Amino acid sequence: MEQEYIYAVARIKARELSLLTQQDLDRLMACKTPAECFRALADKGWGAGGETSAEAIFAAEEEKTWALMHELLPDLTPFSVLLYPIDFNNMKAAVKCTVTNAEPHNVFMSGGTVEPEKMQQAVRENDFSLLPDFMAEAAKKATDALLTTRDGQRCDIILDRACLTAIHKTGKESKNALITAFSEFKVAAADIKIAARALHTGKSRAFLEESLAPCDTLDLEELIDAASKDTDTFYAYLSRTDYADGVKALKDGFSAFEKWCDDRQTALVKEISRQDYFTVAPLLGYVTARQNEISTVRIIISGKQNNLPDERIRARLRDL
Amino acid sequence: MDKFDINSLGIVLALVGAVLAALLGGIGSAIGVGMTGQAAAGVVSENPPLFGKVLILQLLPGTQGIYGLLIAFLTLTNIGVLGGSADISFAKGLLYLAACMPMAVIGLISAKQQAKAAVSSIALVAKRPDQFGKAMIFPAMVETYAVLALLVSLLAVANIGGIAI
Repeated sequence: MEQEYIYAVARIKARELSLLTQQDLDRLMACKTPAECFRALADKGWGAGGETSAEAIFAAEEEKTWALMHELLPDLTPFSVLLYPIDFNNMKAAVKCTVTNAEPHNVFMSGGTVEPEKMQQAVRENDFSLLPDFMAEAAKKATDALLTTRDGQRCDIILDRACLTAIHKTGKESKNALITAFSEFKVAAADIKIAARALHTGKSRAFLEESLAPCDTLDLEELIDAASKDTDTFYAYLSRTDYADGVKALKDGFSAFEKWCDDRQTALVKEISRQDYFTVAPLLGYVTARQNEISTVRIIISGKQNNLPDERIRARLRDL
Repeated sequence: MDKFDINSLGIVLALVGAVLAALLGGIGSAIGVGMTGQAAAGVVSENPPLFGKVLILQLLPGTQGIYGLLIAFLTLTNIGVLGGSADISFAKGLLYLAACMPMAVIGLISAKQQAKAAVSSIALVAKRPDQFGKAMIFPAMVETYAVLALLVSLLAVANIGGIAI
């Protein structure tokens, strides 16, 4: 077990040198146009060559990252916590396309643990035993909900909650400290975001009860109580949790809170994976670092495309 | 039926000591060099110019196997297996066995622990090739204890012959 990841981790430690640095971000920020950003990224080896849009470059980078992981590990099970969101996103598309008889066109994301065709078949044939356990029950419930109520949002809520539950369960069952901590934070951060948005839009208590997924660092009862009342009660509850640091960001707005979540996740991953040379943690750390740098570059390029002032773009940049 | 002479077991015990020194030291080194080899291959596949540096780090856990072989060879020579008289008393056989144990046990443990330190150092060199000198020191510190075990086993095996028992 101890020797299982040595080669892969050593390769990743060497590969980490090619991750973007603060100087690279400064160089991108200094670019006047998105086209200049593309050239700067091409100099860093981004893209497969010939891409004409930022999204195509990002897709190529994401693909490169997963191709490397496939090369290093025969089994990507340890990455489930990163792949479940793709699966459940595809499940939403499969349910909606099948129930509404729409042709699925560019709606499925690649790289999940379940084939989208299998999801479509399960919904079409009403045979959810074709799906893995973590998804089958929620997929059936979401399909029934869409068939009976035609409420797409309810279908999304059921599958989003199932996704968070699957992530949390995987984290609890994992023996790897990073996977456990990462899953816990993912679910807690998602719960806080859902609760904050529900409070902001005046959603009912029933909505919160149906949407929030259990985790160890938040008391769901208290969170639902607080989010059903007012912002002061909500912030007061969060101040008593492990996520007290995020209250200030939450007060500054959802965008600031998203940044706080991403930065805290980066710090968590770095802290656990930096001194680990024998487990899957550095590989997971590398994938999340790549995803983080892709979202950071996306913020810069989209800021440049929308002619946002540099200060506003910099305020949104994630820590690398 | 001839009466069993316990002293006939002396050579067996001494030989077991020699075998354990070579066996456990060799196992430790094989595991250690295997681990560091995987790490070195990972780094070289990304950065081939680092081959020379990571090769040195890969070889560090290999010394315990050599030390074990040295003790085994010295023991075999002293107990007469490689020539001369193999007439060893039971007590002397036990002494040879005991003398070989530091190298056997510490060789196995230190090789595995040194490999872990060397794997970490290889990763350090992968990220900071200029820190090779410092990276060498960490696994080399573990070598101290293998050398101490070698000294104890060496002195003991070399001097047991002079004890009149």
